[in-house]
Amino acid sequence: MTDVTQQNEKEAVLAAHRDHPAVSALMQHLPTAIQGAKFDRQELTLTLARESIIAACRELQAAKYNFLADVTCVDWYPNQPRFQVTYHLLSHSLKQRVRLCVLVGEGDPSVDSITPVWPAANFYEREIFDLFGVRFGGHPNLRRLLMPEDYKGNPLRKDFPVEGYR
Amino acid sequence: MADIAELLTSPTVVEADQDRTMILNMGPQHPSTHGVLRLVLEIDGEVVVQVAPDIGYLHTGIEKTCEAKFYQQVVPLTDRIDYLSPMHNNLCYCLAVEKLLDLEIPERAQWLRVLLSELTRLNSHLVWLGTHAMDLGALTVFLYCFREREEILRLFDDLAGQRMMTSYFRIGGVSLEPPLDFYGRTRALLKSLPEKIDEYENLLTGNRIFINRTKGVGLLSAEDAIALGVTGPPLRASGVDWDLRRDMPYSGYEKFQFNVPVSNDCDVWARYVLRVQEMRESVKIATQALDGLPEGRIVADAPKIVLPDREAMKTQMEALIHHFKIVTEGFPVPAGEVYQAIESSRGEMGYYVVSDGTAKPYRVHMRNPTFATLQSIEKMCVGRLIADVVAAIGSIDIVLGEIDR
Repeated sequence: MTDVTQQNEKEAVLAAHRDHPAVSALMQHLPTAIQGAKFDRQELTLTLARESIIAACRELQAAKYNFLADVTCVDWYPNQPRFQVTYHLLSHSLKQRVRLCVLVGEGDPSVDSITPVWPAANFYEREIFDLFGVRFGGHPNLRRLLMPEDYKGNPLRKDFPVEGYR
Repeated sequence: MADIAELLTSPTVVEADQDRTMILNMGPQHPSTHGVLRLVLEIDGEVVVQVAPDIGYLHTGIEKTCEAKFYQQVVPLTDRIDYLSPMHNNLCYCLAVEKLLDLEIPERAQWLRVLLSELTRLNSHLVWLGTHAMDLGALTVFLYCFREREEILRLFDDLAGQRMMTSYFRIGGVSLEPPLDFYGRTRALLKSLPEKIDEYENLLTGNRIFINRTKGVGLLSAEDAIALGVTGPPLRASGVDWDLRRDMPYSGYEKFQFNVPVSNDCDVWARYVLRVQEMRESVKIATQALDGLPEGRIVADAPKIVLPDREAMKTQMEALIHHFKIVTEGFPVPAGEVYQAIESSRGEMGYYVVSDGTAKPYRVHMRNPTFATLQSIEKMCVGRLIADVVAAIGSIDIVLGEIDR
């Protein structure tokens, strides 16, 4: 998809979901952070600028998205930017979910840790660091979680083979 | 205080803090760690100063394997994540792919799925109750719980041909029509269960030792529980009234009447009480599902996704072609990403499936409840006795298969 159509989709989705609590909170406080928006299969996805993830999480936490359900990563190799770190937030009072995405390039695969906002992110971010090699700035204990400490490589990267030798 | 992070990485014993504290390694072969959980405890006498969980001993790379399989071939893998509630994993994965495919599931299949989900919940809670009581010294309960669990497993065996790794749910419905005596046997089991649950309660609820071991132990406040991503019974035991079956219903749960037990006690005892109440509610839901089971198809009308039945395959050219195509090259799933969550026996189980438009999932990620809940172990144990660590681990109903994947 070209940049222009992406921009158009973002504008259309944000306009259609103006009243969505997540959209309105971010549009009010961090309008420049939103880089893309998608509404697909009844799920709202907001792509955010890498440097504003902590601020966005704080805004959404204040907007009643009180629970961090999941953090994970997708490797879009060989496309660039390569990594997509995905956050799933849940609101207990609104009974609603929102998905946040941060795109991270291969050259410097790092993003700020959201453990100051939700301590629950601790294990998830360690898992992503372990299996994808994406680093989380400010994480209290960024070490491998599932693979052995002395392991080389990041198994969930797409250039890591499923079987055989590397 | 010794740096516990360093201890995890170095195999040598690090000197403890001014001869006051010592390091105790608990697991991965400790019987109360339910599998292969390793905890590194720093203790001062008998009091826990620090806890560091070390996981990954059961890591098999299921998420990576999923990327190399067709969509329908992933279903048997999902069983093997959580060996106590395989059908919840099946259900969650199938719902996620069905959402990607925008597939309508017939009512009968939905109700069968609810019925079996609740039987799975009972199965899982029975194992939890037996092992949790055994960890705390009440050995008898284990035998009673396994008596009923055995009957549930026999039902699964007759239904799916497998006791534990059932793979009974399929994308688009369920795999087979249940055998004829399934309904009668399930009904008899469900009828006898409330009485059996009374029996377990007779052994534990008034038991002084059990009460002393659990009341006021493993405290976790509601704020901490939410901050640490705790879900399921431990979250409800901390006073947060949240159950996905009621609050964000899936697979037709909105049609069932049941209560969601909540407690404000925040301790191991409250988690015990809630799970026992939950078992009673599960019996109610399963009975409703059995009573109201609608007639009709058990798979969606989607010949390019669901395998045709045997008879049609032998007599119709079209069906034979579809069968051949599905088995040899799978079915393409429209590009997109979905996150589907269900309330498993342990809390919020979520499947995040990303499709790039081919017949194999681009990425499957499982959000497993105890993975997040394990992070709360430090809050529950610090400042308490070593024996309370055992009670706390039991109370979060830990399954290492789903933590390590």
